[in-house]
Amino acid sequence: MSAIAVRGLRKSYGALEAVSGIEFEVQRGEVFGLLGPNGAGKTTTVEILEGYRKRDAGEVEVLGTDPQRAGGDWREQIGVVLQSSAMYETLTPAEMLRLFAGYYRRPRPVDEVIELVGLAEKRDDRVRRLSGGQRRRLDLGLALIGDPELIFLDEPTTGFDPAARRRAWETIRGLRGLGKTILLTTHYLDEAEQLADRVAVLAHGQIVASGTPAELTGSIPDTEIRYRENGREVVLETAEPTRVLNELTGRALAEGRELDGLLVRRPSLEEVYLSLTDESPE
Amino acid sequence: MRLYWHELKGELLLYTRSRELAFFTFLLPMIFFVLLGSTYGDDTVDGVKGSHFLQAGMIGYGAISIAFAGLAIVLVIRRESGILKRLRATPLPAPAYIGAVLCAFLTAFAVEVVGLLLIGRLLFGIPVPDRLGSLALALLLGAVAFCGLGIGVTALIKSAEGASAVVNAIYLPASFIAGAFFAPEHFPQFLRAIADVLPLTYFLRLIRNVMLHDQAIWTQGTNVAVITAWGLAGVIVALRYFRWEPSEG
Repeated sequence: MSAIAVRGLRKSYGALEAVSGIEFEVQRGEVFGLLGPNGAGKTTTVEILEGYRKRDAGEVEVLGTDPQRAGGDWREQIGVVLQSSAMYETLTPAEMLRLFAGYYRRPRPVDEVIELVGLAEKRDDRVRRLSGGQRRRLDLGLALIGDPELIFLDEPTTGFDPAARRRAWETIRGLRGLGKTILLTTHYLDEAEQLADRVAVLAHGQIVASGTPAELTGSIPDTEIRYRENGREVVLETAEPTRVLNELTGRALAEGRELDGLLVRRPSLEEVYLSLTDESPE
Repeated sequence: MRLYWHELKGELLLYTRSRELAFFTFLLPMIFFVLLGSTYGDDTVDGVKGSHFLQAGMIGYGAISIAFAGLAIVLVIRRESGILKRLRATPLPAPAYIGAVLCAFLTAFAVEVVGLLLIGRLLFGIPVPDRLGSLALALLLGAVAFCGLGIGVTALIKSAEGASAVVNAIYLPASFIAGAFFAPEHFPQFLRAIADVLPLTYFLRLIRNVMLHDQAIWTQGTNVAVITAWGLAGVIVALRYFRWEPSEG
């Protein structure tokens, strides 16, 4: 049985249709990325799955239950990281985790969670003294304290510096290693590429592409080979990169010259994404 | 039930950690009691000794400060920061949460009353009132009614920044006009007309009748009825308009 099953999901706010009939499934133990620009309908979709919003149409099952009618037993099994980090500023991370641990029947030990999200040094500082990245990690800790099956992460690294993002990615990979199912929304392509087993690209309330990150980039077949010759940039696009590259380097070797600035690359997920969501790069 | 006790412990910890709550809603009534009591404590006010009149006034002021103002501000800040929304994703049931929050604020008010009775006894030689049972019932009724109004008023407030402004603009003038600090009989006619509809006016009459004139609570039908009606109005607004999620935009 899949962890999440969505069919024909629709949701409007007034005249604006935020989600226009989407379908996807998330398997147990999978990291699923919902990728899209701001306003694409990611948060609306996730909040329907979390039980915060009522849908207008369609069927939704999360861990075998309709979130609109779910109760405490269902909430025992899900962990939620919202976009904003809401905390009690006057408590310490350890106190906050202890308070939230009490809401669950079988919580993880507080110290284990503190270790897992890397807040051991800050465990007894007041929350108001934590940095943005540390708050976000506490946020994740609060989502994990109940030892959930399924974790929703809504833009978990927005606003992070690169080092903090790498650390967060490590933590999320660790969760996957524990067998958790994760639904991740992000507008960072590298994040989806790094973390997600499968990705659905959302634009204007519709899924415009889905598959593994490799399948998405694979849908554009050509490999690009670039080098400089006589001060001019040469760009070759080919479906047979091995043969073309062999000929190119063989000729250069025979003539005893260097291929300046030689670069072989596949189109990144970013290019695929931009072509799908028709947003041109800045 | 286990969740309720767990949350109550958490709420009491949160209450004691908040300096703003501790000062504005908890200490201020005691400070005013000492200050104003030193000014007119020995005069005769409304037919009783000034300090006796003021003690009852400060208990009423404490009730509206803690149960109405403090509760409303805390709930709006939690709603706007997203804490209430986050709690909705946990297995903590809404009634256990609301019950624990109310109970924490009622506990704070109970400690406040004990503090005011002690200050009265030690500084102004005021005896402990005879009708303790009626007093306890009257205080519980008033505090619960102000809690109802406190939750109800959160529906009118759109932002965390606005919480203190809106709440202060309501409860500070209301405390003054209803006669918590000074006897209202010298107030101009229009202020007394406003006072005639305020729940605090009836709560102050109720506790002054019980504390200063040894009346039992069951002789206070009108006061009890008006306070109850206001409390119910707050609860009805709360049931209809209370939100767990931050305001949009």
